[in-house]
Amino acid sequence: MLRKTETLPEPELLDNITHPMRRYLRTDRFPHIWCSGCGLGTALSCFTFALDELGLDDSNTAVVSGIGCTGRMAGYLNLDSYHTTHGRAIPFATGLAVAQPEKKVVVFSGDGDLFAIGGNHFIHAARRNIDMTVLCVNNFNYGMTGGQFGPTTPIGQRGTTAPYGNYENPFNLPYLAASSGAVYVARWTTLDARRLKQAMIEALTKPGFSFVEIISPCPTNYGRRNRLGDGLDELKYYAERSIIQHGADPKDADLYPGSDVIVGRFIDRDRATFLSQYEEQIIEKQHFVKPQGMGKGPVRASGQTS
Amino acid sequence: MSSTLITKRWRTKKGYLYLQEDECKGCGFCIEFCPKDVLRQSERFNVKGYYPPEVVDADACVSCTFCQLVCPDFAIWSTKDEEIEETDHG
Amino acid sequence: MGERILAGQHFMNGDEACAEGAIAAGCGLFAGYPITPQSEIAERISVRLPQVGGVFIQMEDEISSMAAILGGAWGGQKTMTATSGPGFSLMMENFGLGLMTETPCVLVNIQRGGPSTGLPTLVGQADMMQARWGSHGDYGVIALSPWSPQESFELTIRAFNLAELYRLPVLVMSDEVVGHMFERVEVDPEKIEIVERAAPAKSPGEFLLYEVDDRLVPKGMPTFGDGYKVHVTGLTHDERGYPVLNSEIQENLIPRLKNKITQNAADIIQVEEHDLEDADVVIVTYGISARTSLGALRQARQKGLKVGMLRLITVWPFPEEQIRKLADRVAGFVVPEINLGQIVLEVERTAAGKAVVKSVPHAGGDIHQPETIVAAIEEVLKHAS
Repeated sequence: MLRKTETLPEPELLDNITHPMRRYLRTDRFPHIWCSGCGLGTALSCFTFALDELGLDDSNTAVVSGIGCTGRMAGYLNLDSYHTTHGRAIPFATGLAVAQPEKKVVVFSGDGDLFAIGGNHFIHAARRNIDMTVLCVNNFNYGMTGGQFGPTTPIGQRGTTAPYGNYENPFNLPYLAASSGAVYVARWTTLDARRLKQAMIEALTKPGFSFVEIISPCPTNYGRRNRLGDGLDELKYYAERSIIQHGADPKDADLYPGSDVIVGRFIDRDRATFLSQYEEQIIEKQHFVKPQGMGKGPVRASGQTS
Repeated sequence: MSSTLITKRWRTKKGYLYLQEDECKGCGFCIEFCPKDVLRQSERFNVKGYYPPEVVDADACVSCTFCQLVCPDFAIWSTKDEEIEETDHG
Repeated sequence: MGERILAGQHFMNGDEACAEGAIAAGCGLFAGYPITPQSEIAERISVRLPQVGGVFIQMEDEISSMAAILGGAWGGQKTMTATSGPGFSLMMENFGLGLMTETPCVLVNIQRGGPSTGLPTLVGQADMMQARWGSHGDYGVIALSPWSPQESFELTIRAFNLAELYRLPVLVMSDEVVGHMFERVEVDPEKIEIVERAAPAKSPGEFLLYEVDDRLVPKGMPTFGDGYKVHVTGLTHDERGYPVLNSEIQENLIPRLKNKITQNAADIIQVEEHDLEDADVVIVTYGISARTSLGALRQARQKGLKVGMLRLITVWPFPEEQIRKLADRVAGFVVPEINLGQIVLEVERTAAGKAVVKSVPHAGGDIHQPETIVAAIEEVLKHAS
């Protein structure tokens, strides 16, 4: 009902209008499964606008995700998308990236998937500096399975398997990424939408292993169990505490209840990538020919590519 | 996402503001963080039972595109006059 | 540029021959983790792959090895990994992902004594049931069992071919003795047949990732970047590849994953027959146990016993037809295997009581003595008369 004595501006009513980023989305899969107030839709939105701004050929970008709410990302993107097993998006993406070195491979997955079961794969891909972009949506719990605590749950916070409060020290993701060898490390909340989009652009453009931690509310589970209100309240909670410190030392980016949420671009450095070192040390030194067929399809026994 | 949805479109100073109410899941991000207070929560609910935003001051919108970036449901976006041709797909 | 096919005669072990088979078949990516007695495969292929324009990655574990070869396959490459028992167990979840997503690749298991850490340097054949049932859920598998380095070369190529023909990870279930034995391997390019990946039958927009042909196999596989923008998921999915989580779609998809193998079994199964025409007892065996059984067969024949051998080159799908036909006319089967009785269960099931079935088990660590197998044959004959 219109509030009395008000005239709101009248809109035109149109049909057949599609969202500007529609081409990046599998619209036949919408509406997505994410809850009202969840930041995953924002992360997806920023990603599509980042792809658009980069003008990348969307046939040459692949997304690999794991299992969990964030793991559903692959299903909504109209790219070559791979929804793999829990924790194993990164090694799958490694195989894909090595087979198609000229293309962009993005891993989009959650905190538990990437850092609990997937932790080992994360550090090795970073160590090797595989050319891929890892976007981790951190909502501090295992949301899809009901809100169990995970390796990024701040100390003292509750989860369904931490009924008295989590007593395990969590990972500091930017610190872990940086010390494992990532060449680009950034953290933003889903409220920092524009800066997040920009970070995605930088991460995608940078050769080597790039990592962006995306802090998101989880109103249905983590936020509710920790009395952080609804999605908007939880987002404000992170936003009020966030301080932008570009170039900050990642070891200072710990998160605990009441802490500042340090955000920004922490690491942006150059290191030889896995394939560039393969080329330099193996191909060139041994006088082999550069991998034929890589990027083109199966190599035939005769050496011809398809 | 369906193009059979009704889309509301307001003329703003810099271009247009689009809203597909039935996509909205009432998170409130756009309303809360619009830098120009263009939006507020409506008292009507949409087909999903959520309260979508409504525009209180279309003239205030500068097409900063914050709402379009932050909306988790691809329900709201804005355009600037130079880009108009891109979004209207017949 | 190195040669993929090293024509000529070689003296090499089964592991090396397996690596050469992969190279000859066009393998472009090997991702693996060291484990005895597979390590020679990884070591040789790490030398050869860069020579032929491929990439070798030593992954951080077997789980990631299996994941990487699936990714590489969707990236357009023919891919392979190799392991032994403990790694095989780790690979099971992603093996299932490969089966569910119908991803072609090859998984080699050089079996050793188990369970658990077991006998790392000594032979076993106790992963045969795991090959069939090791991943959770229902599906069909193809498992080949070489009995020599020559066959390790040939069957690895065949595994790559079957992977492309039937769109799944194909297993090569070898063992430590075959893997480590040195024998002559003849590589004749004329005799090598390579099956290339089928391109998608339709253009993007019209193409459905899991639309199948009469063989129940998807019609063509796109490569990342070709413009098909596929969605590949381990969730139950429809023809588009999109997750649809209900029993109707489950009923459409899962039986097909099994039937794709059983329906085409006649084209997949390979066996080798020895002296079956007048046999009263048939030795049914595979891998290194078939080598020992050949010795037992000769001993038995010298004693005047009418014994034959059916060597299973394909262990899965299990050659039911062959066993059923034999069960109608022979007195019994003897099944030597280096485990406590695994494939013998299939023989029993298939013989359905029409013939005696005797297991000749061996817990592992070395191969059977032929005399043990002859003794089992004699017992079957005594039982039957």
